[in-house]
Amino acid sequence: MKDVFISSNTIVSPLGFNSETNVLEISKAHSGITLHKDISTMPCYAAIIDNKKLDKAFYTLGNPKAYTKLEKMMILSLQDTISQSSFTITDKTALIIATTKGNIDALNNNFKPERAYLPALSEKIKTFFNFKTEPIIISNACVSGILAIATAKRLIQNDYYDNAFVVGGDIVSEFTISGFQSFQAISETPCKPFSKHRTGISIGEAAASVAISNQNKAKEAIQIIGDGSCNDANHISGPSRTGEGLYLSMLSALKEAKIQPEEINYISAHGTATAFNDEMEAIAFNRAKLEHIPLNSLKGYYGHTLGASGLLETIIGMHSLKNNTLYESLGFDELGVSMPLNIIKNTTKKTINTFLKTASGFGGCNTAVIFKKVTH
Amino acid sequence: MKKNLNTIAYCRIKNHTISVNGKLLYTKDSQLTFPEFAKQVYKEKNIAYPKFFKMDNLSKLGFLASEFIFEAAKLDSDIIKNTGIVLSNRASSLDTDRKHQETINDKNNYYPSPAVFVYTLANIMIGEISIRHQIKGENVFFVAEQFNEILLEQYASSLIQNKKSDLVLCGWVDIDKDKYDAFMYLVAEEGPQKYSKEIIKKIYTED
Repeated sequence: MKDVFISSNTIVSPLGFNSETNVLEISKAHSGITLHKDISTMPCYAAIIDNKKLDKAFYTLGNPKAYTKLEKMMILSLQDTISQSSFTITDKTALIIATTKGNIDALNNNFKPERAYLPALSEKIKTFFNFKTEPIIISNACVSGILAIATAKRLIQNDYYDNAFVVGGDIVSEFTISGFQSFQAISETPCKPFSKHRTGISIGEAAASVAISNQNKAKEAIQIIGDGSCNDANHISGPSRTGEGLYLSMLSALKEAKIQPEEINYISAHGTATAFNDEMEAIAFNRAKLEHIPLNSLKGYYGHTLGASGLLETIIGMHSLKNNTLYESLGFDELGVSMPLNIIKNTTKKTINTFLKTASGFGGCNTAVIFKKVTH
Repeated sequence: MKKNLNTIAYCRIKNHTISVNGKLLYTKDSQLTFPEFAKQVYKEKNIAYPKFFKMDNLSKLGFLASEFIFEAAKLDSDIIKNTGIVLSNRASSLDTDRKHQETINDKNNYYPSPAVFVYTLANIMIGEISIRHQIKGENVFFVAEQFNEILLEQYASSLIQNKKSDLVLCGWVDIDKDKYDAFMYLVAEEGPQKYSKEIIKKIYTED
């Protein structure tokens, strides 16, 4: 089976419109989460991209009024990733789009409601960049972004495609905010993953994209060496008490990568900062003997960016490998889960060769993917 | 070396009918709404699973199709637990999304509910099927303009080739306004019927 590599990447978020700016902001412990009073019936903390800044950045690419906010974010991100990439779009290039809710705001804004169908979103992106193949849309709750990376790897490994551009994105909408509020899952302060004082999530918006290929031509390529995506078979909205699906996903990824847990140098966890999620992750990491590995959640910087989160956080992980730096798990103070974890309290330099990205979501879904630095 | 796949069972639900392996099992009154149709089938089939009534229409549709598939497949629960589930549709969860949207349109009558909101993700259906049959296997939900047997084959083959799944439940489960259409099939290396994406496309088009 072919080796698969992940290389050029772009994050479009409240912290900036390219990956380098985002990493710089993270290294300064800056968060994109602020208090917003106009998105729901009550004020809440969220990480939102400024519309004027987005339109200004998009202006050279197209008419900002003709595209939805999510389309602009995704196109801006992909444009940068494609231009940095070592390959061009052919009839063996996949376009993979990860999103939970797509243009859901079209149910209640100036765009036609038909725009809320996900194939309408993929068609816009396909046409903009002139992709030759049918777009592959993954909508699998909060694992969508990381599952899209696993999907690209699997389809390239098995020779259905030579390479892929993967883009993930979701927006902050009244639709999702009101839903999470009805679950009483929204934090009254910026979220505090794995902390004793955590009280829920902060929602965020972002688009992120990567290039994935069977060729290792990029200067700083990273190999995708294992993946797994298993279901808890336990509850549709609550995580498993035993972390079953996440544990099985990590086991599946480790087995494929042929490495031992101690060979992982860094874990980019899901860490939404709800009471049950973070506890579930702690149990799963302990079952997998990963409790000593330095770990962070990036939700303190971005909030929970839903379908984008797995992709966005993978990109930060790739820069951790490149910069040999472990980034602070923002919002963490005192450990608030029942099992030990090695949470990164301060940004520190450390040699990192291998990292694990995990995510979990509604429907009992979980995904784990392992990445390894390519040494020439 | 690519492995050949075979089909263990398939099920189609549309236009008030249900057929399994090409054989028509139920034909109901065409005046019934989907929830009425689903309830009748549930009762006649004696499915004792009260959670069914909490599900949204999309999950009910996928759940019913999977019930018929696993009944026809006659497999041990030990084998079933590692089934990969690869489902797809066009409208994602829009049928329920519209219901959630209605609860927040009017600020003076604002009543978002977790029981509705949780179903505003199409992959919840995969969760429901997984819970019912205790399946802890691979999951993915794809959205496409139309039934895409090629993508489903590529992904299912990759799961088997990469040793992630022994068998894969594939399908298209779409519900949008009053229209519904489910086509599910279970594939593995060994099975009674020859599988190819062409055969699957033919069954989907003609059935």
